Amino acid sequence: MTGALAVEADALVRTAALSHRYRGRTALESVSLALPAGRIVGLIGPDGVGKSTLLSILAGTRRIQAGRAWVLGGEVGRAAHRAVLRGRIAYMPQGLGRNLYSELTVRENLLYFARLFGPPGPEREERIGLLLAGTGLSGSAERPAGQLSGGMRQKLGLCCALIHDPDLLILDEPTTGVDPLARRQFWDLIGRIRAGHPGLSVLVATAYMQEAARFDLLVAMEAGRVVAAGTPADLLQVTGTADVEAAFAVLTGCPREAPATARLSHGHLPEAPLPHPPVGEPIITARDLTCRFGGFTAVDRASFTIRRGEIFGFVGSNGCGKTTTMKMLTGLTPPSAGEALLFGRPLDPRDRATRARVGYMSQGFSLYAELSVRQNLALHARLFRLSPAQARARIAELLTACGLEAHADALARDLPLGLRQRLSLAVAIVHGPDLLILDEPTSGVDPRARDRFWALLTDLARRQGVTIFVSTHFMNEAARCDRIALMDAGRVLATDTPAGLIAAKGAADLEDAFVAFLKEAAAARGETSGHLAAARAPRGAEAGGLFSPRRLAACAAREALELLRDRVRLGFAVLGTSLLMLVFGFGISTDVDRLSFAVLDRDRTPASRAYLEALRGSPYFAERPALTDEADLDRRLASGEIAAALEIPPQFGRDLARGRPTQVSARIDGARPFVAQTVRSYLSALHEQALTPSPARHDTAPAAIAVRFKYNQSFDSIYAMVPAQIALQLALIPAILMALAVVRERELGSIVNLYATPLTRLEFLLGKQLPYAGVAMVNFLLMVGLALVVFRVPLRGSFPTLALATLIYVFATTAWGMLVSAFARTQIAALFGTAILTVLPATMFAGMLVPVSSLTGVGRILGDLFPMSYYLPVCLGTFTKGLGFSDLAPTIGGLALFVPALTLLALAMLRGQEK
Amino acid sequence: MRSAAAIFWLGTKELRSLMRDSVLLGLILYSFSLAILAQARSSAQEVRDASVAIVDEDRSPLSRRIAQAFLPPLFRPPVPIAEREVVRAMDAGRYTFVLDIPPNFTRDLLGRRTPELQLNVDATAMMQAGLGAGYAQQIVADEIAGFLSQSRKSAPAPVSLVTRIAYNPNAETPWFTSVMGIINSVTMLAIILSGAAIVREREHGTLDHLLVMPVSPFEIAMAKIWANGAVILAAVGLSLVLVVRGLLGVPVAGSLPLFLAGTAVYLFFATAVGLYLGTLARSMPQLGLLYLLVYLPLAMLSGSNTPLESMPPWLATLLQVSPTVHFVAFAQAILYRGAGLALVWPRIVPIAGIGGLFLVLALRRFRRATAPSG
Repeated sequence: MTGALAVEADALVRTAALSHRYRGRTALESVSLALPAGRIVGLIGPDGVGKSTLLSILAGTRRIQAGRAWVLGGEVGRAAHRAVLRGRIAYMPQGLGRNLYSELTVRENLLYFARLFGPPGPEREERIGLLLAGTGLSGSAERPAGQLSGGMRQKLGLCCALIHDPDLLILDEPTTGVDPLARRQFWDLIGRIRAGHPGLSVLVATAYMQEAARFDLLVAMEAGRVVAAGTPADLLQVTGTADVEAAFAVLTGCPREAPATARLSHGHLPEAPLPHPPVGEPIITARDLTCRFGGFTAVDRASFTIRRGEIFGFVGSNGCGKTTTMKMLTGLTPPSAGEALLFGRPLDPRDRATRARVGYMSQGFSLYAELSVRQNLALHARLFRLSPAQARARIAELLTACGLEAHADALARDLPLGLRQRLSLAVAIVHGPDLLILDEPTSGVDPRARDRFWALLTDLARRQGVTIFVSTHFMNEAARCDRIALMDAGRVLATDTPAGLIAAKGAADLEDAFVAFLKEAAAARGETSGHLAAARAPRGAEAGGLFSPRRLAACAAREALELLRDRVRLGFAVLGTSLLMLVFGFGISTDVDRLSFAVLDRDRTPASRAYLEALRGSPYFAERPALTDEADLDRRLASGEIAAALEIPPQFGRDLARGRPTQVSARIDGARPFVAQTVRSYLSALHEQALTPSPARHDTAPAAIAVRFKYNQSFDSIYAMVPAQIALQLALIPAILMALAVVRERELGSIVNLYATPLTRLEFLLGKQLPYAGVAMVNFLLMVGLALVVFRVPLRGSFPTLALATLIYVFATTAWGMLVSAFARTQIAALFGTAILTVLPATMFAGMLVPVSSLTGVGRILGDLFPMSYYLPVCLGTFTKGLGFSDLAPTIGGLALFVPALTLLALAMLRGQEK
Repeated sequence: MRSAAAIFWLGTKELRSLMRDSVLLGLILYSFSLAILAQARSSAQEVRDASVAIVDEDRSPLSRRIAQAFLPPLFRPPVPIAEREVVRAMDAGRYTFVLDIPPNFTRDLLGRRTPELQLNVDATAMMQAGLGAGYAQQIVADEIAGFLSQSRKSAPAPVSLVTRIAYNPNAETPWFTSVMGIINSVTMLAIILSGAAIVREREHGTLDHLLVMPVSPFEIAMAKIWANGAVILAAVGLSLVLVVRGLLGVPVAGSLPLFLAGTAVYLFFATAVGLYLGTLARSMPQLGLLYLLVYLPLAMLSGSNTPLESMPPWLATLLQVSPTVHFVAFAQAILYRGAGLALVWPRIVPIAGIGGLFLVLALRRFRRATAPSG
């Protein structure tokens, strides 16, 4: 049925045999489509059927593996056309505002996108104002995006997408996890925008079949294939069904399962319907429960009572306070005010007896993914102190009841989402709890799996009298609860049976009722949904271009702002180098002095004391109490109390006076070879010195060897260590921060803005580099200050030369971080990878510990290829050798070559599209 | 008893998780094998291939004899350069040592006029400069003495100094660096493994899950401590026997069981620090940044790189609170000097005490750590 739509020559979107695979898993299987312009086209199907893959390929953000695709009159596979598309398409990826920057405010987010697309200043402000007013976000313009509710984030995402007035809007599940009112407002908004811009085409993926019924055209997908395409009416007709959900079930050949196929044994309760209103004793009582985080009130005076055997639903959008309320009831989050009673007693997080009666499923998947299904169950059975026999029986029973027998030994991480949720439930009830608290147990699960899950829940409540407190944002799930509480912005709006709520608002169904409650609450808060003026701003987007200073500035400003808002990262960026420099500067020293020694003087004559005087007067040695005998010597050397022991033989004075050969013996602690060698050479020198004062012996030195320690007469290691630390820290920290900054975007998902907007890779990288190079220069000044003031290492040479070299150097080291980031998938890998790949060459091959002039072979080559090998001589040269620009120009020149070389390499490694 | 069972079962879960994490396993394997070998073979703490230039203005058999005496592996073959090149060459860091033999050196020497040779040392190359200058002086003095003894007799010194280096007679660096490498690996891995174990549980939401079950934060923490500690302890034992004793041939003087017992106490401290950092950090990257700021000072200021005696006295005093310092001293006493429990127990007590302190700090933060950030 693939070709159900007429193939038009001027189709908006056309694909031919498009296929895509992820590590052997098929996401798209030979998809050929043609979609007309100017419509709303919906992609429908459960999770994981390839909808997102198809949309990202059409948006040009994902590389095509096989087949071809044309969008807006050009081929997506061609880079030149993609550059054009970036100005004409707006793409909202899946996930609530994944392409937004949570630390920036609503206005800052919009400003960033506006700058990327580039209408001039006054027009930009006007357009932002228009969009904010139109989406009702004006009142929240200064709030950080991360604190917005799901619905607001989606609206902001849409604003950002519309900032450049696109011709094609690609939306990937824009309303998942959003409350019904926000969902309606969202589609109203799209409708108004289309009214003002008739040419606008919208391509949207959705899991809500009710929404899909209102689109112009639908494309149904299953397992990477298009199974049907046409208008909603066509689909109903073809399948002979009454609604899109049913039509979809028929098309995929999987009619909805009969509910409650699964049964849990024991506890043969009669299957009587629950009397309304419920009459059992209260299991949970919440009175004015409140939770504040800083200035933000997550839950505001929530009150409700849940009785034995009830399925009590908690309904509301993402971020409305459901999770926080549940966490307060489990004792995970202490309430700021109000009280909670569990089983009639005040909640006490330390009360284990109560905890043993509660089962909890936290939001998302919260089991040990690296354990098998059976291991997960066994671990929890142990922790709930089931006896081994009980545990075995219970696990076998749960595996059967939840339909997991076939997967008992599979790793939890390899299970599909629906099975994982069932495993989570099995784990939550392994100890047969009286109360189950389930936080959005079905979010992200497809309708069929959800249905089966609810069958299990109903069975638990009806047959075993388990009280179930469950949160959801699906209205059809809410309808299956005995009673529900509607929650919005931290407040419980109403609590009643589903029928009661519908009746209270005189609505047609639960969703309408909820919308009515939400509108009432919004009106009470004085919010308006806003109206988007039909007036269109003139097209501002300019055609790509390889480099634009404006986009670069936008990128740099945004990165700097994000850094300023992340305190841990900022603290590390600004103070990390100074702290480490202090530690290393004081902690690494090759000076060996104040060595502890003790003497075993068996002679005790003026002669022996005179001999020892030389040692005692030396600053290198510090004497400890005299040794009493051989055993004392062994013991104190072994305990590390003394580094050397000197033994003067009996008759030393007499032998010396008579010129008879005699022997002083020294024993040195060899635990630290470097120290031992130094002690040995000091002792030899002092021994010579102790004997020379006698004028008769003057001729023992036939020639004098004058050792001149150049650049550092006192031979104090601090003069070499401090400049080397500046070089090392400026290699390490800026590179780590840079690598983190790039990988962070990849991990959080905002990297999609690089793929989908006119921002080029060069602008992206340089835009990140500028703030970190700036921070590094601040670090440099701080460290020079520390060197001068704390370590008292004078700067003998030219500061401007050092500053210039440093500026070049920090661009080179941040480029090094960029390069490393290309290989790292996670932030933690980027962090450690960069640290290792920087510290190793820095200490081994760049001249910090071993002079470059001593390196040979591979070590020498690696040293030559590392920027610090060029910067360290400049740093040492200006600090200790007193050199100026003319002396160091060739070295600085070598250093400068790294900046373009590393940047180009990093550029080549950074992909412009996802795989 | 019930508590012990919960700690045991939670710990087996930790072990299972670790066994499935190939990256961490690889890191552990590398840290206790290749990394130890690499550190043992590194020449950073000794003089090797030092670069020498000679300004020979004497051009005599003696001056050539001196030049030929600079031999590998300590020195690279000396390069003859002219006197006027000295400053530039040293400014550019081309040579660490420049020996200047003045004109008429041999003649003055034989004429007992005590001529002066000059040894210029680039003091910015700290590690090599100090020891290398000593060797260079020794070489020059020996050659002059040898040269003179051929031409005239000189009396032996009446008092000789016999030095014996105890425990490591040839002062071989690998003996030292290999064991210190193990200690640094212990600190590094114990902190990161236990810290990551907490952050991972929180990122996956499983910490919430544990906290609502009838297990206490103490049990959760102890499970992580014993499981991660046991893995590292086993790695330390194997590394000492197979890598240090076996591959590197370093004789281990003291009692291995005593050393491992002390290591277990130190692991308690290091994993407790990791747990504490894990409760402070909101995400893996934050943990990584905190970790760098904690691990690097602990390791650098432990006495395993630079002896405490060489640090400023105030710092050396302050560092008496660092368990790593005590552990390094403990390890050196047992492994090199063969010390027994009677000598080392005062090192163990502070390690255990400070470890306990961090455990208490971590437990106090445990519940708060699970609260959402926004």
